[in-house]
Amino acid sequence: MSETPEIEALTPYARSLGIALHQWEDGVPVLQLAFDDTVEGRPQHYHGGATGGLLETAGYSVLRAALAKAERDAVLKPINITVQYLAAGKNRTSYAKGRITKLGRRSANITVEAWQDDRSRPIATAVMNVLMA
Amino acid sequence: MRRYRLRTMTDMQQRKFDPEAATPFFASRGHSGWLGLKYSEHGDDWVELELPWREDLLGEEGQRVLASGPILSLMDMASGMAIWRAMDEFSAIATLDLRVDYVRPAREGASVFGRSQCYRITRSAAFVRGLAHDGDHDDPVAHIQAVFMKIASNASVVGDE
Repeated sequence: MSETPEIEALTPYARSLGIALHQWEDGVPVLQLAFDDTVEGRPQHYHGGATGGLLETAGYSVLRAALAKAERDAVLKPINITVQYLAAGKNRTSYAKGRITKLGRRSANITVEAWQDDRSRPIATAVMNVLMA
Repeated sequence: MRRYRLRTMTDMQQRKFDPEAATPFFASRGHSGWLGLKYSEHGDDWVELELPWREDLLGEEGQRVLASGPILSLMDMASGMAIWRAMDEFSAIATLDLRVDYVRPAREGASVFGRSQCYRITRSAAFVRGLAHDGDHDDPVAHIQAVFMKIASNASVVGDE
């Protein structure tokens, strides 16, 4: 059983924005964010900040899952994030899943993709570095 | 005479895109409205917005530190407005690339201010850089760099493109 439901706990910010767990895939959480007023930028499109928030939250989630699996306890602190916006996020649910590129002792490097209808055509990607204090 | 002409130029610029007048409109709905963004300051090519402290925007359970996501949104919005200010018109733009370096946590209970400057506009792209601070812009909490694309005026701004 690779699922670790105890790390499902999303941050207060993520819950407030409307981010939820969609499903687990091989021990990695896939998050979802339904389209509503809290994420809207120009009419009927996601605000870049909301898409960025989803990507970032998916990045933290995959790291928390990996740390829980390794029984490591750490406070996560953001170092940086670079978001690439590839296509307009439209008025439907977005999904995001992260992948840990490198899990070090003090920091982790994570890549994240967000998509809507077609997973092979991401709407945004991110690379982030996270400090584990 | 000369002074009069200068003042007229400034007045004309303020009429076209006024960040102070535009912010309440942007913040009346959508993501910016949810965040509760407010106008703070602006110059010819920069805009500063305020993100008031909110208990439900914390980044980690049990810690009283603002999440990084709202700072990203704040900077995205301040950057867009800096571009409209620098172009002196409101037209459709889309974020292409946004980098945020979080240099320190924001103080608990403090508003975070996002200041972004548009330093270059080409026919199709706009380049911005900025910082977020919690009261003293000489002691930032984050630095940002971003590129936005202008969306062709014949593309639909509302609905699918």
